[in-house]
Amino acid sequence: MALLECKDLSLGYENRAVLKDLSFKVESGDYLCIIGENGSGKTTLMKTILGLKSPLKGEIIFGDGLKKNEIGYLPQQTPVQRDFPASVQEIVLSGCLGKKGIAPFYSKEDKKLAADNMERMNITSLARRCYRELSGGQQQRVLLARALCSTEKMLLLDEPVAGLDPKVTAEMYSLIKELNDKGITIIMISHDIDSSLKYANRILHIGSDILFCKKEDYLKSSKAFSAHGGDYNE
Amino acid sequence: MSEIFDKLSLYMTYPFVRYALIVGMFIALCSSLLGVTLVLKRFSFIGDGLSHVAFGAMAVAAVLKFTNNMVFILPVTVACAILLLMGGQSRKIKGDAAVAMISVGALAIGYMLMNRFSTSANVSGDVCSTLFGSTSILTLSKFDVWLSVILSTVVVLLFVFFYNKIFAVTFDESFAQATGVRANAYNFLIAVIIAVIIVLAMNLVGSLLISALVIFPALSAMRVFRSFKSVTVCSAFFSVICAFLGILFSVIYGTPVGSTIVVVDILGFLVFTVIGLIGGKKR
Repeated sequence: MALLECKDLSLGYENRAVLKDLSFKVESGDYLCIIGENGSGKTTLMKTILGLKSPLKGEIIFGDGLKKNEIGYLPQQTPVQRDFPASVQEIVLSGCLGKKGIAPFYSKEDKKLAADNMERMNITSLARRCYRELSGGQQQRVLLARALCSTEKMLLLDEPVAGLDPKVTAEMYSLIKELNDKGITIIMISHDIDSSLKYANRILHIGSDILFCKKEDYLKSSKAFSAHGGDYNE
Repeated sequence: MSEIFDKLSLYMTYPFVRYALIVGMFIALCSSLLGVTLVLKRFSFIGDGLSHVAFGAMAVAAVLKFTNNMVFILPVTVACAILLLMGGQSRKIKGDAAVAMISVGALAIGYMLMNRFSTSANVSGDVCSTLFGSTSILTLSKFDVWLSVILSTVVVLLFVFFYNKIFAVTFDESFAQATGVRANAYNFLIAVIIAVIIVLAMNLVGSLLISALVIFPALSAMRVFRSFKSVTVCSAFFSVICAFLGILFSVIYGTPVGSTIVVVDILGFLVFTVIGLIGGKKR
């Protein structure tokens, strides 16, 4: 059974569908890139998978024992976060909250998990620093560590490299690839077609028509060229 | 100097001064706790809006001649708080506009009712004391004191118990919700707590000045401290100390309690800004 299956999904706002008849499957260990123009519904799709929005039609099925709160999420930064007084440790720890239910305080295991994930993201030395004083790349690592605290199975990334310089972007991609190699399923929204094609094994192209296929097939299709031409500079 | 202390020790023998100090410090403590969350969620004005609602509700309660108007004011304010804080992105009228609309609406209705139906001889005096809380803190009954102390304790306990969740919901609501934190439930909780604080704080500083109790401690602490926990703890201390000094000062010099506390808050804010600037340069 697939880890995640979307069947005949229609997405949109207030009955105005942005996306129609979307079906695809994500297997354990996949690296799926979602590409498409601005406004084609990429973020809406992600929010629906996360359960933040309900689909207009269709269903989302979780398999392989994946529970709804076992999906890690790396959202785009919000304006609130830019001047938020919070230490790195506080933010990473907050990733553990989802599993805790009503329990009010962090346990030793939570703290250990947070410490391990900070080590993994190479930000242990920043633990006591203030989030808003970090560079963009460091902030993304912090949010990634937080996402890892909430999952060992699946990560959803919403444009993880937006606003990062080329060097940090490359680091970020290899970090994500490492996680994927360790068995974490990745679903990523991206504007960067080149890198998507380099790392992903599956591509979901959404827009006026929908294409879901393996990377190799995508390269053969004409979509790759038109998308490349249209989106390349963004 | 010794004159002041003599005067002070004399005043301390009066129960109403002790009540005012106790209640003032409790209210200052709980209003500062959620201040950080409200400032960060861009809801600084919610206190102002809700306090006007409370003012309107108080006028209605007075007209209907409730024996204890708390019973009426509290639920109305809680309902409005839920309305304002919950709707989120999906509403037709967005955050600040909704707050402004409800607050001026309630203010206008409240004043009209008080003006038309009040049985008191001194309407403008009544209105003034509700808006600026001029003396009500000094005329608290034992019941009021207990009510304030108990409600404040409940607020503080709730805050401590849900501290980590409140942090998560403030920092990143969609992440919290996506990973299984019931963000809406906590937003609801925040709304209810805020409303309770507002109604309590009306006694202390009056409707118009409540926002000061909510935002000054948080903003001051944010100048100096850099983690959520230290900001929260600092703003709690800041608020309690300012309230204490403000009440003492106003008792000794006969200035209005509410505005004196706010002036002390402003001075504290300036001090913290300077400390923040000096500390910032060192880095």
